[in-house]
Amino acid sequence: MFPQTRYSAILRLRAEDEADRRVAWDALVTAYWRPVYKYLRARWRLPAEHAEDLTQEFFARAFEQRFLDDYDPAKARFRTWLRLGLDRLAVNEAKASQRLKRGGGVAMTSLDFVTAEGEVREREIADDSDLDAWFQQEFVRALFGRAVDAVERECHDAGRDDHFDLFKACDLADLDAAERPSYKTLAEGRGWTVNDVTNRLAGVRRAFRGHVLRLLRDACASDEEFEAEARALLGDGRN
Amino acid sequence: MLSDRTLGHLRDVADLPDLNGTRYELIAPLGRGGMGRVYRVRDRELDREVALKVLSGPVARASVERLQTEARVLARLEHPGIVPIHDAGVLPDGRAFYVMTLVRGSRLDELVPSLKSLPERLRLLVRVSDAVAFAHAHGIVHRDLSPSNIMIGPFGQVLVMDWGTAKVTGQGGPVDQVDQVDRVDRVGQVDRVDQVDRVGRVDHVGRVDHVGRVAHVATGAGVVVGTPGFMAPEQERGEAATVDARADVYALGALLGWLLDPANGAPGDAPRPVAAIRERATQRERGMRYPTAETFGAELARYLDGLPVEAHQETALERVARFGRTYRVALLLVAAYLFMRILLLLIGRI
Repeated sequence: MFPQTRYSAILRLRAEDEADRRVAWDALVTAYWRPVYKYLRARWRLPAEHAEDLTQEFFARAFEQRFLDDYDPAKARFRTWLRLGLDRLAVNEAKASQRLKRGGGVAMTSLDFVTAEGEVREREIADDSDLDAWFQQEFVRALFGRAVDAVERECHDAGRDDHFDLFKACDLADLDAAERPSYKTLAEGRGWTVNDVTNRLAGVRRAFRGHVLRLLRDACASDEEFEAEARALLGDGRN
Repeated sequence: MLSDRTLGHLRDVADLPDLNGTRYELIAPLGRGGMGRVYRVRDRELDREVALKVLSGPVARASVERLQTEARVLARLEHPGIVPIHDAGVLPDGRAFYVMTLVRGSRLDELVPSLKSLPERLRLLVRVSDAVAFAHAHGIVHRDLSPSNIMIGPFGQVLVMDWGTAKVTGQGGPVDQVDQVDRVDRVGQVDRVDQVDRVGRVDHVGRVDHVGRVAHVATGAGVVVGTPGFMAPEQERGEAATVDARADVYALGALLGWLLDPANGAPGDAPRPVAAIRERATQRERGMRYPTAETFGAELARYLDGLPVEAHQETALERVARFGRTYRVALLLVAAYLFMRILLLLIGRI
């Protein structure tokens, strides 16, 4: 059923209490830093170190200057608004032609730029006609990656690493549909029945879906945006 | 890093229905229908395969109610041309679902190249009209008839699918009330808007006489429902509140045009009576169309039976030609008899 309304990280960024804003900001950075970094690398062709600095500068300014207070969900999706803000920053940076220092006084959540850089090199650089779709895809990649991590932690905490391994074998392997192992194959390899595989996989998939929706909700500014984003991600809005 | 291929797979996985605790067992996805996805599942209690339709993504209450309405609409329509409903409810993950007969066959848009003769195509459309007429008789307008919503079974069964945008008429005013509008491309004249909780992106708003607190923008207030190319003009204008059975007649006429199109494998030019039927069904002014799907289907059936059709005024020559086609065999027999008589007469004189 439609989840109870909860205030997303984006809305919590407008809280008066700085501690609340900090928590929300951390959630926002976690959700968006990878697509932001990759976008700066792919779209603006910034060298890796420069893109790292600009990524951190972007989020630092977001926190210090509270420019996200200007965001109006009625005018645009948050991701589009964010991307346009990045473009403005990159243009201004190019005009100033100087390297930006990291945002002063704002401790940044630890960001794994090394891994992100590896992902940039694996991905085809988008051409300008495809920027929205490309940014969307990177956002989804980051979102799903975090959901997978959350499921893995959950399974481990519950003593069900074998359930996660099953999910990994069935759903995380880079395979065509025809190449994916059958339930029979998965069962035989584990000494389980097909019923065991069906039930255990269903459980992990259910958890995955729950985390995807939770993380997506946190990255949207309103219920309407969340519903539209979820439909686009999972439903009829898919390309 | 999750590859693009894995991402695509995970999106499907995240949208799979949670059938835990139900009598159904997931087999495979079948496709997308209006509002949701359809899956092939096994009914463990009856040991048979059926089709389960479920909404995609997290859903607002209005969408749940809409799917449930679709299920109730279908449950009322017991007709060989309309897929039967077996079950409906809410899944453990909160999503509404309904279960229907699994239709094994092809969509009309996939099958049409194999329909080589015009009579074959017309007979099929008569059966579609029968099903739609039955729905109309029960106060239900489909509103989204198109080649992709018609299935042909392996034994020639013709089924009208996807009643997700159907309208129940005769209940006064707009019926499809939704609490949310994601996107409005065009709003024509709005006479009254009661209450709207939220409106998504709106590209154009025409004249609005009054806006109070807006709780819903119903299909009657300008949301466009239907498939381009098969939508009646009144549907394109967003006048969903006043859409009636004649919108389906328009769609049937558009389907006829589609079946007559050489680009879709139609054999030769359309005969003038058939072209006239199409023209009447697709009149922009709905008062000029056939009033019901039944009358439309009856016209096609008359043509197939070699009878004159109301939409076309025959010339004398056409009447003779039709007579000749209808009674071809009898005329040939008479001609053969006369020929033999004349031959015998001549032989007798020699």
